[in-house]
Amino acid sequence: MNPIPALVINHLSAVFPTEDGGLHALTDISFQVQAEQFVCVLGPSGSGKTTLLRCLAGLLSPTQGEILLNGEPLTGPRQGVGLVFQKANLMPWRSVLENILLPLEIQGLEKEAALDKARQMVELVGLQGFEASLPRDLSGGMAQRVAIARALVQDPGLLLLDEPFGSLDALTRERMGDELLRIWQARRKTVLMVTHSISESLFLADRVLVLSPRPGRLRLDLAVNLPRPRLAEMRYSPAFADLARQVRAAIE
Amino acid sequence: MRANWLLIILSIGLALLGWQVLAQVGSFPTFMLPSPAQVWERFVTTLEDGSLLRNSAATLLEVLLGLVLGVGVASALGYTLAKSLPLERLLSPYIIASQSIPIVAIAPLLVIWFGPGLISKVLICALIVFFPVLVNIVVGLRSVPQDLRDLMRSLRATRWQTFRLLELPAALPVLLGGLRIGATLSVIGAVVGEFVGANRGLGFLVNVGRGMYDTALVFVAVFALVAMAMLLYGLVALLEAHLLAWQKENTE
Repeated sequence: MNPIPALVINHLSAVFPTEDGGLHALTDISFQVQAEQFVCVLGPSGSGKTTLLRCLAGLLSPTQGEILLNGEPLTGPRQGVGLVFQKANLMPWRSVLENILLPLEIQGLEKEAALDKARQMVELVGLQGFEASLPRDLSGGMAQRVAIARALVQDPGLLLLDEPFGSLDALTRERMGDELLRIWQARRKTVLMVTHSISESLFLADRVLVLSPRPGRLRLDLAVNLPRPRLAEMRYSPAFADLARQVRAAIE
Repeated sequence: MRANWLLIILSIGLALLGWQVLAQVGSFPTFMLPSPAQVWERFVTTLEDGSLLRNSAATLLEVLLGLVLGVGVASALGYTLAKSLPLERLLSPYIIASQSIPIVAIAPLLVIWFGPGLISKVLICALIVFFPVLVNIVVGLRSVPQDLRDLMRSLRATRWQTFRLLELPAALPVLLGGLRIGATLSVIGAVVGEFVGANRGLGFLVNVGRGMYDTALVFVAVFALVAMAMLLYGLVALLEAHLLAWQKENTE
């Protein structure tokens, strides 16, 4: 096992006023994530899941505590971190390929090499033939695939996903979950994904963290030792139901 | 599309016919209402002696220089205001107050200060263009989605990259809307300036025609102004169609 965990979170606290006058809060959160582990963060709304993710992305500075990424303290946005938002968050004036190219363009990568990488990503998320399409012509699921491709194009070690399938219908959502697992198995990353679906988190993750409502504290750290590859039928197995019950109890 | 054009030509034809009939049946003196045929005659003579083109060129130069100056200053100030809320709070009372001064009222001042030449006209055009463009730029920049700003930040984009890759394209629809209004306003500004004091331009021509009871000449100049405003409006619309193709709905 890798001696240095990919991600170390030490006594992290964060208090921020939200736009609607409330508070985003996290209180004294500590956990570690091993490299290539798939972790889901669950919790009721207002438990600071998104705040945690924004801290990890370097978009927010925590009020207290520290974050170590591969042993180095995190002070701001990092290149080795890919971020997927709740909405696909694509630039409507850019085509699918151009949206995926954006991170490489900002990084200043040479054009041919960048195009090459972007095309590989298009293939990885199964959007061949849609390179020139504009976001307005994509379905919600397709748009979110582009967002995932964009997050992966720099080959980050850590992938952060903030309820990436929250706005999709249930069936598309399940399909996107399968898709994400396939991508994760093809390119091993450390993944931290925020969700509020218990079954989604159990189906995808190696480990589920549950945060309590404000102030957000770590309430449950559950290993999901279901065999991989995960199959759709597992959702109906007794082991799955048992885990779901434990998570549910922690959220209530 | 073709039926549309036919309809436009038909409506113009009918309007001309109505005008001709009114001029003949009413038997107004020419200095009150010249017939379309008389206006056409006058148009041909001004075209032949070069006075129409010379004066149109003079006005067009004022309009374009004023537009460039007004849009330029408004863009620079608009970007600064959009970036700084305190600065906007500090300056906006003055900016809004400046809009309650009718441009016609300060045009004489500008002519006194800067002489009856090109400079005073350009300044009047710029002043009249300034406000709508400024407002649109501030609104356009403020409307850039926060999620996309976060994305740029997480990708560690520089200020210039954020401007070029996000803010400019995102604000472009509103910005071009401002330019479209500005283009027609600039024509008005030039005429106002020329009315106050000038020895060339279409506004000057209107004044000359009025002074000599040469009403047909007034009509010629007015039509030239309308054509100029429509041309500028059309050019901006063309630019919009080209730059904002991503926004257009597929209606064909």
